[in-house]
Amino acid sequence: MLTKRIIPCLDIKDGRTVKGVNFEQIRDAGDPVELASIYAKEGADELVFLDITATNEKRKTLSELVNKIAHQINIPFTVGGGINSVEDVQVLLKNGADKISVNTAAFKKPDLINELALEFGSQCVVLAIDTKQEADGKWYVYLNGGKVKTDTLCFDWAREAVDRGVGEILLTSMNNDGTKKGFALDITKQLAGSLPVPIIASGGAGSKEDFADVFQQAQADAALAASIFHFKEIAIPELKKYLSEQQIPVRL
Amino acid sequence: MKTVIIKYNAGNIQSVLYALERIGHTADVTDDHEQIRQADKVIFPGVGEASTAMNYLKSRKLDQIIVDLKQPVLGICLGMQLMCKYSEENNTDCLGIFDEKVSRFSPVNGVNKIPQIGWNTIEHLKSPLFNGIKESSYCYYVHSFYASLGEHTIATTHYGIGYSAALHRNNFYGVQFHPEKSAETGEQILKNFIAL
Repeated sequence: MLTKRIIPCLDIKDGRTVKGVNFEQIRDAGDPVELASIYAKEGADELVFLDITATNEKRKTLSELVNKIAHQINIPFTVGGGINSVEDVQVLLKNGADKISVNTAAFKKPDLINELALEFGSQCVVLAIDTKQEADGKWYVYLNGGKVKTDTLCFDWAREAVDRGVGEILLTSMNNDGTKKGFALDITKQLAGSLPVPIIASGGAGSKEDFADVFQQAQADAALAASIFHFKEIAIPELKKYLSEQQIPVRL
Repeated sequence: MKTVIIKYNAGNIQSVLYALERIGHTADVTDDHEQIRQADKVIFPGVGEASTAMNYLKSRKLDQIIVDLKQPVLGICLGMQLMCKYSEENNTDCLGIFDEKVSRFSPVNGVNKIPQIGWNTIEHLKSPLFNGIKESSYCYYVHSFYASLGEHTIATTHYGIGYSAALHRNNFYGVQFHPEKSAETGEQILKNFIAL
């Protein structure tokens, strides 16, 4: 049986892992390759590396890092952050990334999704969506790391992107992100229940129960978290054991 | 011991090379006919689309080279599917090493997420390829098409429908999952292949 995936996310700045609390007090957290190796040994099912510098001059640093990770890590990994062309993706995949994630650039230039799917296959194209529920109760797409609001509904964009060829959606709820009060179950369920691609839920993980809820109630295919793993609040083996006891299929 | 990875227009070739390096082996990535023929082990990887890949192999005459190989050959993912008789993916006639047919996952079987992406089991293991691997171990799969169960099946798995996780005929082996991305289980399978 296909299992639910647990995915630690590592933020990368200038080739180093950084940890931040609410986007402030960002501090160096060491070598991403070492941290990734630890997660892989602990039973992480995949890894996501998000380059938060992602400026052109740092691209080379990122591709070198991706190459190091690909040499060391024996599980699949996704690289995202500032990707906006077929050439960007080519470099990352050539250096050993299994998948790439696109966000703002794909929204501004949706044909990019079609081009990437055609060139590399849907299986390596992940669409990251940052979404926020507004006072009207609806979930809107935000761009540029959550700084720019759009008038597009999250579900509409997700459906269009699937039609254009994305193979997975990484859905981050800005309302939940950083709260540690659980994932956004309603929007996750809306996407997971009606779109024919896997949905990775992100934002809000604070307890083992939160993971069980997002898998059981919202039908997420995978759940992503950063700080609870980095700050060792929940260990991956303990989390997976708990999920297994809740009859949720996980790789032990 | 000389291992080659067949170079063609498919993704993920580097990952296979790096995985071999992690278990202490080296390999050459090549499409040179002579080098492929003389290798001790041949790996035929692949992530991509069946008809494009077959056309490429034919244009380089690699199709005939592969079917005539006598040493152990391991097809991975698309590589394994191309070793089958036929793929529904753009109605492609494949290499015909395995009689099994390749079909697309269907919502008819209760599968509502295609491709299958993630960790699934390998069951009913019967091959030295799985020496030291426990029944129901997990491997990493990414695919929209699957090979049916048949006489060459040496491992099964299930996603809506039961299908071949691995195939074997004579010197030819194929795995649907990605051993190069399947943590320790995958590394053991690669070691077993190298030891064949």
